[in-house]
Amino acid sequence: MKTVRNGSRRDFLRQSFAGAALLCASGGAEALAAVEPVAAKSGAAGAKSRVVVAHDELLRGADLKVDSGRMLALLDRAMQAMLGQDHPLEAWKSLASPGETVSLKVNTLGGRGISTNVLLVAAICERLQQAGVRASDIIVWDRDSNELERAGFHLAMGGERVQCYGTDRVGYEENLAAWGSVGSRLSKILTQRSSALINVPVLKDHDGAGVTIALKNMYGVIHNPNKYHPDGCNPYVADLNMLPEIRNRMRLTICDATTAIYEGGPGYKPEHCWNANSLLVSQDPVALDHTGWQMIERKRAEKGLKTLEAEKRAPHYIATAADDEHRLGTNDPKRIAIVEA
Amino acid sequence: MFCGLEVQEIARNQAGSPLDRRSFLKCALASGAALGGGAALELAGVAQPAAGTGSGAASGTQDDARFTVEAKFYQKLAERKIKCKLCPRECTVGDKERGYCGVRENRGGVYYTLVHSRVCAAHIDPVEKKPLFHYLPGSIAFSLATAGCNVNCKFCQNWDISQSRPEQIPAEYIPPQRVAEIAKQYSCPTIAYTYSEPVIFSEFLMDAADAGHEAGVRSIVVSNGYMQEEALKTAYGKMDAVKIDLKSFSESYYRQVVTGQLKPVLNSLVTLRKMNKWTEIVYLVLPTLNDSDAEFRGLAQWVKANLGTDVPLHFTQFHPEYLLKNLPITPVPTLERAKAIADAEGLHYVYIGNVPGHPAQNTYCPKCGKMLVERVGFTASQMLIRKNSCPFCQHPIPGIWHA
Repeated sequence: MKTVRNGSRRDFLRQSFAGAALLCASGGAEALAAVEPVAAKSGAAGAKSRVVVAHDELLRGADLKVDSGRMLALLDRAMQAMLGQDHPLEAWKSLASPGETVSLKVNTLGGRGISTNVLLVAAICERLQQAGVRASDIIVWDRDSNELERAGFHLAMGGERVQCYGTDRVGYEENLAAWGSVGSRLSKILTQRSSALINVPVLKDHDGAGVTIALKNMYGVIHNPNKYHPDGCNPYVADLNMLPEIRNRMRLTICDATTAIYEGGPGYKPEHCWNANSLLVSQDPVALDHTGWQMIERKRAEKGLKTLEAEKRAPHYIATAADDEHRLGTNDPKRIAIVEA
Repeated sequence: MFCGLEVQEIARNQAGSPLDRRSFLKCALASGAALGGGAALELAGVAQPAAGTGSGAASGTQDDARFTVEAKFYQKLAERKIKCKLCPRECTVGDKERGYCGVRENRGGVYYTLVHSRVCAAHIDPVEKKPLFHYLPGSIAFSLATAGCNVNCKFCQNWDISQSRPEQIPAEYIPPQRVAEIAKQYSCPTIAYTYSEPVIFSEFLMDAADAGHEAGVRSIVVSNGYMQEEALKTAYGKMDAVKIDLKSFSESYYRQVVTGQLKPVLNSLVTLRKMNKWTEIVYLVLPTLNDSDAEFRGLAQWVKANLGTDVPLHFTQFHPEYLLKNLPITPVPTLERAKAIADAEGLHYVYIGNVPGHPAQNTYCPKCGKMLVERVGFTASQMLIRKNSCPFCQHPIPGIWHA
């Protein structure tokens, strides 16, 4: 069992450059190494949860469009820093093995303006395949196929391609999955077609919940998310993430903060979006949400807006997810290691 | 064949449970199951696509324009947000988001209902099944529902339609005029809005009631009463009778088990009284959760003080469902205790429901004590009331007894 270290920025950069050099030298087709299990989850006594914040100021070209090559490089840096690997493929191999069905739960509520970036998903799919996962064993999904299309994804169901469709195509389980305040039908994409789940949310303000990042993206897994928005989604978000069907499959969160929204979310409000040109990566969704929340607060302060607490919509569900009843991760800044990459 | 719904059979029916998609399908498949009392209509097109599982992908999509109509009860806010004014929840809904009910969506600052004419369950039931005991006894009602609900009762019998979004449920397009025509065609004097929660399909309900009245068909609604006063006056003002599920007499129960509030429901009952709407109340008794003497007494005293002694009050038996499968069926003695308390407080028409054959399903004259309406299951087997009075002592019996 390999433990992820809290590396310094220098360590990270060294690893990152080494990885990039390897990639260049081998054309991205290195020999596969043995799969290493990941053990960087929070909760162990004394351990810190690592949240990687990877940033590329030059992610976009002059036309402000994201550059696919730089996106792939940004993802590689983030993954290496997250998993303490010298090479990006080693990081991916430690997450998913050949023969597994890996699903990427994206967030496409906000249309093209503020949904999971297609180029980020393409980069993840590329690396997964290079790590040995068959294209047809990768599923990019959200609750609704139309929303996926509106966000720029091309639907694909069947064949040898990467699969991409919404739960509307396969439906929800008949039986309820219940934990605490939550009783819901789960998407069959999760329960029947995913052995591993990678959460790929967007960094967003949310008019009811405060923020919607990793934990709340799981609302797109259930048939009745509308029932869980009262009281700032607390404790519903935390309870939902306790479902074993979700928890046992979750491997990693890669939050898309290339374009983020600090006010007026979760819908697309271009006047409140900013090009953060970043990715947040963690195996602790609570720590990632806490970190993302603080990024949004900093942007709000910069724009002269009140804090979410002052607006009576602080995301208290994050603390609930960290409490003794849930233990989904930590929201204690002293126990979060933020690694800039 | 009409509206995509094929009428396969008209059978005699005494099905005991409220119609959900599962029981509907069961009914449709067991086409020979002729039982006593009332008429049942089997409409194959509505429930069959789900094959009783509720798990398949529904045929409809969120973009189906036929079902999408601007909502009537909401207020526009800044930044393309809206505030829903239909129920006391008053959801503030951002662009592209839906309210708690899951069937109303903000699209660019305009709020839409997604369930107008989007019928996911349809049946012909005895009116006693609603239950309405003082409204055209022995008659049948063309009963329909859309997906969605504005609360989330942990004991819901029809949760697979009430707690789903419309696009998750197979449905048929049945516009108001067709609703009225079907009711007329099958000799139903009444259209009933029921099974899920009609509050959330108020626009459809209002239009169908108008179409029905033009065709000489009345309308009744089976509702939780969790509604804003103006919406209630406007929508239920078009109803000929109302049944309200008063789920408890405790705010904490409403908060924890129903995900709603008691006070607005009590306000709705008072408003309906002021509107002179014929109203009956059902109280589903859950063991250990809302079955104390104090609660029964408080309820009966409140009804007497605010609505009068002539409002029918039904104490009905709970069967384990949805998120409360751990509780037992309500013991009959508990229901009898509830009735005894309400009787002692002076209410005249207290019934016990979901217990076939119980004598407290019958209507008795509060003055002479003679039985006036005898019920077997959901069938009124004997109806003696004449000119709205007891034929034995001429005491007036409140209700709508004759068409």
